[in-house]
Amino acid sequence: MNAKSAGHTTADGRKIGGVLMEMKNITLRFGGVTAIKDISFDIREGEIRAIIGPNGAGKSSMLNVISGFYVPTEGEVWFKGYKRGPMKPYQVARLGIARTFQNIALFDGMSVLDNIMTGRLTMMKSGLLSQALWIGNAEKEEHAHREKVEKIIDFLEIQNIRKTPVGRLPYGLKKRVELARALAAEPKLLLLDEPMAGMNVEEKEDMSRFVLDVNDEFGTTIALIEHDMGVVMDLSDRVVVMDYGKKIGDGTPDEVRNNQDVIDAYLGVAHD
Amino acid sequence: MPEQLLYATEVMLNGLMAGVMYSLVALGFVLIFKASGIFNYAQGVLALFAALTLVGLQNGQVPFAHMINAVFGTHVAEFGWQLPAVVAIALTALVMVGLAVLIEKLVLKHLVSQAPIILFMATIGLAYFLEGLGDVMWGADIKKLDVGLPQGISETIESVTDSLFGYGFFIDNLDIVATVVAVVLVSALTIFSQYSKQGRALRAVADDHQAALSVGISLRFIWVLVWSIAGFVALVAGIMWGTKSGVQFSLSLIALKALPVLMLGGFTSIPGAIVGGLIIGVGEKLFDFFVGPMIGGATENWFAYMLALIFLVFRPQGLFGEKIIERV
Repeated sequence: MNAKSAGHTTADGRKIGGVLMEMKNITLRFGGVTAIKDISFDIREGEIRAIIGPNGAGKSSMLNVISGFYVPTEGEVWFKGYKRGPMKPYQVARLGIARTFQNIALFDGMSVLDNIMTGRLTMMKSGLLSQALWIGNAEKEEHAHREKVEKIIDFLEIQNIRKTPVGRLPYGLKKRVELARALAAEPKLLLLDEPMAGMNVEEKEDMSRFVLDVNDEFGTTIALIEHDMGVVMDLSDRVVVMDYGKKIGDGTPDEVRNNQDVIDAYLGVAHD
Repeated sequence: MPEQLLYATEVMLNGLMAGVMYSLVALGFVLIFKASGIFNYAQGVLALFAALTLVGLQNGQVPFAHMINAVFGTHVAEFGWQLPAVVAIALTALVMVGLAVLIEKLVLKHLVSQAPIILFMATIGLAYFLEGLGDVMWGADIKKLDVGLPQGISETIESVTDSLFGYGFFIDNLDIVATVVAVVLVSALTIFSQYSKQGRALRAVADDHQAALSVGISLRFIWVLVWSIAGFVALVAGIMWGTKSGVQFSLSLIALKALPVLMLGGFTSIPGAIVGGLIIGVGEKLFDFFVGPMIGGATENWFAYMLALIFLVFRPQGLFGEKIIERV
């Protein structure tokens, strides 16, 4: 597979397009601690891109830079061919970048349906007054968005818990609801922070299937962080490997698997 | 029915109505606390400021008249107009929205992600600033507020109950109006927060800031919205209290009466604010009626706080608050 070409088709027939997002020489410091050191990589349209690395490698920090929760100390973020200025997370979300969180950030007091509906907030056009008085297109709009949300609920097979308050759901289902909320925004780029963390084998398989299906069905570009090497290698088209804030590998799963630096980082270096 | 029981019923009804007033103030607290975790000490002063502005606009008072006169040696005091109540109320509501925008821009924006105690201190500062501003703008004298709400004892209720039980209930018309207004206000707020897009965003922010950001909700917009709504609730409370006892600076102290209401109802529950207010209202009137004579009266001053203290011991999250669970 030639990643440098403007566009190509993968072995399983998915279309990979041009560069959607490019990180240029990103450095992130917190006081004296350097979380990310001069990292560059790109994410192409339609691909599943993984960021892996041992604990404390700076993976989550990288995801937070992409989603605007952190502003990089140095470097540039390019999205859809434009350089992105310093932005607030909610502004990034409105650009079409949705995310999930490692520790799950859902609205516990609200129902599954309401949670997923919040994913569509940025797409609702009717203003405060028409919403408050329920006039104009407020009602019609609500129904249209509701329909889209129901489709996602079907897609992720969570029909039977639609009305359940999220706080009462088991962990695995919460993860799925969070994915549903991110999908509801119809994102150009979907960021998944350890989507399989803390799951059993069966749940992991389900989640892997959903990630692949999302990519396949909606053509959504996905960037994910994962600990589980097996899962990552099966899922992703290309992998970035980080260690101690630096990039030590970048390429297809096979290339990365055979990279000596990566092997050292994961298995430890023999000192003799 | 025996005379004593009838009288107690009347006392209870009056307590319910007084409780509605407490609820109105507590409501403003809950709204802001839910959405931003800020305990807004200035809620009472917001009510005072709203009432002062309303009176000032209605009577065509020149704002900052004292200061202008002192600086320029003029003698301005009034524009000489008399605005209709509806217009004055609408204008005051606009002023409250403007105030919400200013509070967000000048205070809250700079204190994002600070500890709750810092934000609490900021609202104390805000309370005294607003009290001073109200004083300088509109003067410190007690003002009469009349927006055309009915006042005085309801003769209908008195005559109806008199013919039914042979005992006429004394119930203030204003209290009845306040009750109706509170019911309408709470219903409207509930419907707005349950069924509108902004209401959903508001609940989302109340639940989890980070998650709210990730779905594209601007926290600043929500804060302006919440403070505007709280300002509007303060205006309603200000109108009711102002009509009842005149617009005076002690109005800002009703904030303190809202505290026990919140302890009872829970800081995060809108129904809690209502029920808590009613319980305190009824409780303090009945306690004063039954127990007061035995211990020399004036129990209304402390009963609410004592009840809150008991609640703190046995049910610290309040009646409707979220249960405090610490996961280990």
